[in-house]
Amino acid sequence: MTSDQELQATDYPGEDALTLDANAVAGTLHEIFGAEMTIAASRCAHCGNRAQLGTLRAYCMGGPGVVLRCSVCAQVVLRYMRRPDGSYLVDVRGAAYIRM
Amino acid sequence: MAPVTWQVATVADLRVETPRVKTVSLLVPGWQSHRPGQHVDIRLTAEDGYQAQRSYSIASAPGEQPLIALTVERVPDGEVSPFLHDDLMIDDRFEVRGPIGGYFVWDSAAADPLLLVAGGSGVVPLMAIVRHRAQTGSGVPCTLLYSSRTAEDIIYADELARMGARGDGLRVVHTLTRAQPPGWSGYSRRIDADMLGEVLATTGAMAQAFVCGPTPLVESVAQGLVGLGLAPGQVRTERFGPSGG
Amino acid sequence: MSDRIVTRGFVGRREQTDRGQRIPPGQYRTNDFPVLSAGPTPHTPLAEWTFRIEGLVGQPVSWSWEEFQALPSRDFIVDISCVTKWTKLDTRWHAVSVDTLLEHVDLDRRAAFVIAFCDGGYTTNLPIADVVNDQAFVAYGFDGAPLAPEHGGPARLVVPHLYFWKSAKWIRGLRLQERDEPGFWEGFGYHNRGDPWIEERYSGD
Repeated sequence: MTSDQELQATDYPGEDALTLDANAVAGTLHEIFGAEMTIAASRCAHCGNRAQLGTLRAYCMGGPGVVLRCSVCAQVVLRYMRRPDGSYLVDVRGAAYIRM
Repeated sequence: MAPVTWQVATVADLRVETPRVKTVSLLVPGWQSHRPGQHVDIRLTAEDGYQAQRSYSIASAPGEQPLIALTVERVPDGEVSPFLHDDLMIDDRFEVRGPIGGYFVWDSAAADPLLLVAGGSGVVPLMAIVRHRAQTGSGVPCTLLYSSRTAEDIIYADELARMGARGDGLRVVHTLTRAQPPGWSGYSRRIDADMLGEVLATTGAMAQAFVCGPTPLVESVAQGLVGLGLAPGQVRTERFGPSGG
Repeated sequence: MSDRIVTRGFVGRREQTDRGQRIPPGQYRTNDFPVLSAGPTPHTPLAEWTFRIEGLVGQPVSWSWEEFQALPSRDFIVDISCVTKWTKLDTRWHAVSVDTLLEHVDLDRRAAFVIAFCDGGYTTNLPIADVVNDQAFVAYGFDGAPLAPEHGGPARLVVPHLYFWKSAKWIRGLRLQERDEPGFWEGFGYHNRGDPWIEERYSGD
């Protein structure tokens, strides 16, 4: 979680300060997929951009789930949320493919 | 131990780096090794079962297992970093898993000149790279461009000064964005395209760049480097969010 | 029972307050205002911004930013609860009530559900009964200042009696429908209605 103060704390201002690289959720991706995923190749189902999963933009601070978006078109490539029993729901419709 | 398995870590040492930054050395008995640039997830559990989880880059070079070092900036109003700074004591325990990450890593066999760009506590994973480069005797030219607010905020200041003076191809370039001490000879502003251009002039356009720090700095530097001729694949980024993580 | 490692002295940022009547079950009180994000902050220029009501209405209606500001508005002071367990008390918004907005359309009698749609593609769904009678508003001010972009500015929906994922940021309109249509999180593991007082967090709760 972050506070308004933290959003002002940097000398490099920007409104999308909360955007991370998917590398930040690499541990959970590994837990879900059973493999190191940040170097896995993917293709955006919306714009066709090919990228390693680790380079997708991750929105994972404070929200109900984690959303990974294409760095070119900003559409959702992959998202997941953790259920109370510890299982994960994973939506990969935004990926034309992920290479395992 | 698989990197996704939670292991017990015991605090072995605590060291103040700057007024807001501390290094926590952890003893992790099952630790195998790691690659510079990787991070760990840590998990703290309260008496009533409440848990908080955060990610921190590994500051130490590989080869010191079962010890690993995490350098943590104290984020005001944060939930975990104030605890690590204000309450954590030697012999305390929490859980870690890792090492994590295959994307933001450097291997000493890589031959390209290195450009490391750090903002604030973004220097942590880059320091693991700098330390690994030194321990392996890699001679690849390496420039660290490091943005801090003031001189007292520079993490690893003495170690970087010593390493930069060895003449083994490491060059450390500082910029201070808020205040500069008398006689300051480094840069005195936020990293911009001109500064990157000057740094790249000595590094050369074949460099492999690693950029880490607050998200707005990373975005601006990554765009700047691509604008100066680096291919997107030559620029690896690790956004830390609004502050150091 | 697994051998759980408890970290000495760690309690987290939860306030040890008397739960009282105002903190829903399973929630902790916070004085911060955490920023939730599922995507980048949109930047629609105010000159292009509109708020629409469309769907099962006699005539769709649309307001420009100036027209929206001219609508009757007031301050709302409400408590908000996020499904990630924080609750913030006495948040102060300046807003137009959804009742006021709906006065400008003729609701078709088949209209039963409202879909809030937003810049960036986020959606959330609500039964009409949950947005009328002063239960929901479209806010463009927070704490006496214009609503900041990271908190949903220029305007967001606020529905304080439901979990905060229903309070859609960067809202651009409401669509009235006969059929319910789960939104971004409702279709993905989260509860369709989201009442914090009975902990409707996940689908199946």
